[in-house]
Amino acid sequence: MAKFKMHLLICGGTGCNASQSQEIAQNLKNGLKDKGLENEVQVILTGCFGFCEKGPIVKVMPDNTFYTEVKPEDAREIIEEHVVKGRKVTRLLYVDPENKQQVADSKHMGFYKKQLRIALRNCGFIDPENIEEYISEDGYSALAKCLGEMKPEEVVKEIKLSGLRGRGGGGFPTGLKWEIAAGNHADQKYVVCNADEGDPGAFMDRSILEGDPHSVIEAMAINGYAIGATKGLVYIRAEYPLAIKRLLTALEQARTFGLLGKDIFGSGFDFDIELRYGAGAFVCGEETALIHSMEGMRGEPTFKPPFPAQEGYNKKPTNVNNVETYANIPIIINKGAEWFNKIGTEKSKGTKVFALAGQINNVGLIEVPMGITLREIIYEIGGGIKDGRQFKAVQTGGPSGGCLTSAHLDTPIDYDNLIAVGSMMGSGGMVVMDETSCMVAIAKFYLEFTVEESCGKCSPCRIGNKRLYEILEKITKGNGTMEDLDNLANLSRVIKDTALCGLGQTSPNPVLSTIENFYDEYVEHIKDKKCRAGVCKSLMQYVVDPVACVGCTACARNCPVNAIQGEKKMPHVISTELCIKCGACIEKCKFGAISIQ
Amino acid sequence: MTQIKSLADLKAIKQSIQAKIETREKGNAEGLVHVRVAMATCGIAAGAKTIMDYMMAETDKRGMNVVFTQTGCMGYCHAEPTIEVTLPGKEPIVFGYVDTKKADEIIEKYIKDGELVDGIIPVNYETINK
Repeated sequence: MAKFKMHLLICGGTGCNASQSQEIAQNLKNGLKDKGLENEVQVILTGCFGFCEKGPIVKVMPDNTFYTEVKPEDAREIIEEHVVKGRKVTRLLYVDPENKQQVADSKHMGFYKKQLRIALRNCGFIDPENIEEYISEDGYSALAKCLGEMKPEEVVKEIKLSGLRGRGGGGFPTGLKWEIAAGNHADQKYVVCNADEGDPGAFMDRSILEGDPHSVIEAMAINGYAIGATKGLVYIRAEYPLAIKRLLTALEQARTFGLLGKDIFGSGFDFDIELRYGAGAFVCGEETALIHSMEGMRGEPTFKPPFPAQEGYNKKPTNVNNVETYANIPIIINKGAEWFNKIGTEKSKGTKVFALAGQINNVGLIEVPMGITLREIIYEIGGGIKDGRQFKAVQTGGPSGGCLTSAHLDTPIDYDNLIAVGSMMGSGGMVVMDETSCMVAIAKFYLEFTVEESCGKCSPCRIGNKRLYEILEKITKGNGTMEDLDNLANLSRVIKDTALCGLGQTSPNPVLSTIENFYDEYVEHIKDKKCRAGVCKSLMQYVVDPVACVGCTACARNCPVNAIQGEKKMPHVISTELCIKCGACIEKCKFGAISIQ
Repeated sequence: MTQIKSLADLKAIKQSIQAKIETREKGNAEGLVHVRVAMATCGIAAGAKTIMDYMMAETDKRGMNVVFTQTGCMGYCHAEPTIEVTLPGKEPIVFGYVDTKKADEIIEKYIKDGELVDGIIPVNYETINK
């Protein structure tokens, strides 16, 4: 086989794909052909590199050159300069925001230094549409090891020993879950992969399925062997077309190679996987609702017990695990539970993938060992807050989580610590906020989401969340009272205690944690009718400074509702009654005479 | 496509693909011997490409794990083809006028045993990193 001298890896994740990474790959291939180098240099579309902020990414191996924000027309220069003449295209290199120096080598980028990639081990390294590349990275050898050398109960024991906990958010010990499912006897059992990733701003599971689909397939087969199931189902949202496409390709290849189907590895074990598409309801990430949705019924949760491990899909014992949980399985089997449980904290082992979003310099996908602090994530990996502003809070766990403040920056992150400070791990969304974010508005945003996504089956969630939302709306409009604040806290606790499923039980978390951590801000909205972040429009007033105003009439001419009055060359006045707070006047004023109060 | 029926089958596929993906893995590995081949116009004209291909094939044949990258002009146009060899933990050494015979000697003596051979171009500049 021809050996390629150089590999050009292009990110083929959804983000970079949208920024024309396919065209970049095509241009690179064409360029290589023109130079007659197509047998010396290989172009590979990979999964997500994680550094979405600066995408599309092109990485050159083996010298680890990391090109950012590449455009299709840059392909020619990369070929002519880097590939042919060996000179790096400096203008495309990543620039360290701290010292403004170009970093040629991804190993020296702050973004990657603190990361430990286990679940994402193959993302951005192999071609997800080529099973052979996965095999060459020890793919399917964990399945071979299980089927050839281990009894099902030994597999369960190994996973138990590893200390792996569910990465979907709940943090239930995976080994224990498998053990319960294995202990229930039936003529047919199922394993289900939960790929219904619904938190706003989260894309961990999608990236794993796009970048390394075979690791999930292999893990599901191992799971099937361990609990005695021959059928696997992946519940994936229809909004993930690229993940679905790569997963289908991967399944087809696995069948062709005999790694799915009858008598896998000649062991007599049969296993195959089917996909089930979800329509994108948040509640379907809850395992009982997910199972009902797969059965063709309404995606509504039911009371547990019976747990899915007892009575799940088609009333048969079913084991449901999240995508990221599965991605950890093959490497645990290969390297052993001992290796895995040395990583992380006492009760949370291994790593966690986070989707870093919000007001942070390096938006992207990261994987860090449990026990890392928020400070390390935000300032070292994330490169700090955008435009040098002040850090205010970070929201973890999506609509079920809470906000953490600067007081929590040095708390080691694991399942239990996050719950202790009023948030939760969740599936791994991490939204960073600065002083321009209003915490009351943030709580309202998440409540709006929950109200929209509540299935309506139980009244605490259906009615309670709506009332919470209305009270928050009242406060942000400037009509709140201190009594509202008490009601907000009381009602939140009632919903937490009485809702049927995880969605309802956790939905008041954003409210409770913002009240706890940003009580002053609520009081300001209620008593002073002020929003310090300048987000709540009803509480803002646009005012013209009569000294700075020269009477140029630019603001009055651009006001869409004619709320600004004044003679030429005389100071203007904004009518607060007419003003709709669109901000057009501030934009047009050349003298900085208009401000928000 | 043949079906995989045993761990041995799986390993066979892994072996056959290994060479393909190795170039990438070497980039991630630490502590490997690194050879940079000057591949500007002058280098290519003097046969640097042949040298790179030859050395890649030879180190492979002899089961040695060496990372090859190409660079721009190193400035020793009088002594092309030139290569720079960095053993782990050592200062880079530049060899000039490398032909296949010299390349063979470099592989056998310097890369394998760390024994210096003729043809070294002494460092006559300072870099701004110092």
